[in-house]
Amino acid sequence: MNSPFTIDRRAFLATAGFLTLSFALPRGALAEGASKLPGDLEKNPMLNSWIRINSDGTVTLLIGKVELGQGAVTMAAQCCADELMIDMARLNVISGDTRVGPDEGTTAGSQSAPYCAPAVQQASADVRQMLTQMAADKLGANAADLVVEDGTISAPDGSHVTYWELVQGDELNVAATGEGPLLDPMKYRYMGKPVMRLDIPAKMTGEQIFIQETNPEGVKFGAVARPPTYKATLVKADVEGVGKMPGVLKVIQNGSFLGVIADHQDQAWAAAKALETGSEWQVESALPTSDGIFDWLKAAPSELTEWVNTPREGGDPAAKVIENEYMRPYHMHGSIGTSAAIAVMDADGVMTINTASQSVFSTAAAIQQMLGLADGKVQCVHTHGSGCYGHNNADDASADAALLAAAMPGTPIKLQYTREQEHAWEPYGSAMVMQTKAGVDADGNILDWNMEIYSTPHGTRPSGNAGNLLSARYLEPPFEMPTPKDGGPPNYAATRNGIPIYTFPGTRVATHFITEMPLRVSSTRGLGAYANTFAIESFMDELARNAGVDPVEYRLRYLEDTRARDVLTKCAETFGWDAWEARPGFGRGIAFARYKNLAAYTAVAVEVQVTARNGRVRVVRAAAANDSGQMINPDGIANQIEGGLIQSLSWTLKEEVKFDDTKVLSRDWASYPIITFNEVPPIEVSLIDRPGEPFLGTGESAQGPTSAAVGNAVFDAVGARVTRLPMTPDRVKAAMPA
Amino acid sequence: MINFNLNGTDVSVEAPEGATLLSVLTNQLDANGQKFGCGKAQCGACAVHVDGERVISCQTTAASAAGRSVTTLEGLRENGKPSKLQQAFIDEQAAQCGYCLSGMIMTAQALLDINPKPTESDVRAALNGNLCRCGTHNRIVRAVLRAAEEA
Ligand code: FES
Ligand code: FES
Repeated sequence: MNSPFTIDRRAFLATAGFLTLSFALPRGALAEGASKLPGDLEKNPMLNSWIRINSDGTVTLLIGKVELGQGAVTMAAQCCADELMIDMARLNVISGDTRVGPDEGTTAGSQSAPYCAPAVQQASADVRQMLTQMAADKLGANAADLVVEDGTISAPDGSHVTYWELVQGDELNVAATGEGPLLDPMKYRYMGKPVMRLDIPAKMTGEQIFIQETNPEGVKFGAVARPPTYKATLVKADVEGVGKMPGVLKVIQNGSFLGVIADHQDQAWAAAKALETGSEWQVESALPTSDGIFDWLKAAPSELTEWVNTPREGGDPAAKVIENEYMRPYHMHGSIGTSAAIAVMDADGVMTINTASQSVFSTAAAIQQMLGLADGKVQCVHTHGSGCYGHNNADDASADAALLAAAMPGTPIKLQYTREQEHAWEPYGSAMVMQTKAGVDADGNILDWNMEIYSTPHGTRPSGNAGNLLSARYLEPPFEMPTPKDGGPPNYAATRNGIPIYTFPGTRVATHFITEMPLRVSSTRGLGAYANTFAIESFMDELARNAGVDPVEYRLRYLEDTRARDVLTKCAETFGWDAWEARPGFGRGIAFARYKNLAAYTAVAVEVQVTARNGRVRVVRAAAANDSGQMINPDGIANQIEGGLIQSLSWTLKEEVKFDDTKVLSRDWASYPIITFNEVPPIEVSLIDRPGEPFLGTGESAQGPTSAAVGNAVFDAVGARVTRLPMTPDRVKAAMPA
Repeated sequence: MINFNLNGTDVSVEAPEGATLLSVLTNQLDANGQKFGCGKAQCGACAVHVDGERVISCQTTAASAAGRSVTTLEGLRENGKPSKLQQAFIDEQAAQCGYCLSGMIMTAQALLDINPKPTESDVRAALNGNLCRCGTHNRIVRAVLRAAEEA
């Protein structure tokens, strides 16, 4: 456990010659009038929407992406400090505030590195270029002769001027040109270095930083009462009785929505509980149950899309056809802190919400519609919350706090869900079925690849539509939930990572997209990528075994992308694949994916021990290799890989949302257990740096490969191919050969 | 009125009957460390020290702290600076979202108080009742071992 990760610099040497060229290209293109500015700068070109130079010698960086624990804010600060050539201590960062700063949409899909970082980098370079020219005019010198050090621009004769002297008014109220020259990477002080995360010291020493510990002056506490299940109508609630409970200030009923405001948090929860249990509801029992969901998925009405259909041309029929079917249950985001928000309606009728939402802009718009307010009357300010891993309850908590705050103008209302509410009502990651089928030749080489995917939606974010907010559907009149759409290329949703990165003579990939949602679902880290990679990489292992070929070597036969090959090879090397010696009960497995086929490359190898008597799986150790392009923060990348790998071990070995025909049964950590310290193996991460290559998002790249690596290792250990996740002891035991 | 000592300062607070120590610390006394995670003794996010012992503050009434000393995450600071253990967590960058960390640090401190040189498995066993969803486990273990080594 000494060194958390290693960096492979060989790639640097190999590609160093191309550095200048690859940095020069975008500027050349711009000079010729190709109008694309990098990343989110294209949508938000005004320099002062990103950067403010303050007279006190500080610089404010404004970004639309938010900190979720993935290091996005620190990464942006590194790019800004380097390109502006200032000390990072001068920077303060405002992120995800709808009142100021650029609209960068949702912080999701591993898109902070590819969209936010290049935008900040170019905006900062443009500002530096502009200020250098202003200094040249002022100092009567040639811009090319000036040097910048920590915001001070000096001429050869020793005269100098600072950024904060130069900027007096709205000089930065101009559009980016994209022509500011990017710094030579050799001069980086921060980029490419394991810079410490800016938010970590406060979190370690108990400074006020999370919503959950924020208490504005005069705050009161809100709570909501949820129905017993999704399809429920309120018949009768004891509004009057609950109104008399200790500390209760107000009971709010609107249609089937029930909420309370009280002096203290415990009192609000107690009153909400009394409303939940003491009210009469009309309930529908029509859920397919957690054991019946996979048959349900295959039978449900769906829309079939053939994303790829390139049949093999000519040749002999396959010597053998191999098939399998894999199942992924519903997964929870499972934030450790239940979702919370603080909302206040001021005297001007503006609702301001402290939220941990990933999508401050479009969530504000959805809440505005729910409350029937005019444009600009709902403002969201991103505030730290518990990690969300996708679209969890953070947006609903914001909407609920706003519903209550609207009923008590002038009073800030803080609302936090109970654990049961968080577990039972969040929008889960969809259950999925993946059917794979391959025709192989006599030597086991793949000729025809076919995969069919069955899935309910992966995206029901607020998106400016009140119908996507949970409570809005219970109001009178209720908001209708819009019918979710599946995502197509290049990111995909249900089919994310469903198209193999391997090149086969014939390939077909088709998806049955089901819009009906027995359980509420939305974006959960990786969307379909986790399940699809589990299926593809498990199946590749089966095919390699059928061919009697080592699984690393077998994959390399079909992998043309050299960066992919490097990552797979590096992972095997880090793990010690070739030197590994088989022993009874132990097994090794490996798997690989490039997230979305366009973001970071990650391979994972694990060693497991399986107890034959009861099917229990212990992960002994894990190794990962990753290529995220040019690295902005190696330690941040390593942290994301470790975290993603551990989270995926938890999904793969333990997690499944249980439900009967009426309601969700997984309502706390006992009924939905997750991985604990004793189950987390040592992990070794190797990073491959690619200076000059685009930044690639990392946060969701380890989960898919981890699942299949574990499954392949379990098979290697005891010959059990577990196709339905999670790989609980009983399922492993049942799959073992007699 | 409930009187106790919070991080070295005497405090008096009026709390409703049966209020949890967690809620009173967070919402009435503006202590920032301890977090609500489950309210069911299942996650450890709310861990604080009462008279030096690790206590699950979501399962403890504020009234039961009367006359005792309560320490929260900010109470571990030494002269306003991060304590050795907190510094080790910073040096190891042992956080993603950080929501679980107050509970982790308070639990680890309680371990180090009675076992200053723990083994890796001592640390894992002590932290096994604390949940982390971000997968920061190994960094957390490294941070605790680092603090023990540097002590
Ligand atoms: S909040 Fe107390 S143990 Fe989870
Ligand atoms: S760091 Fe996020 S829950 Fe542990």
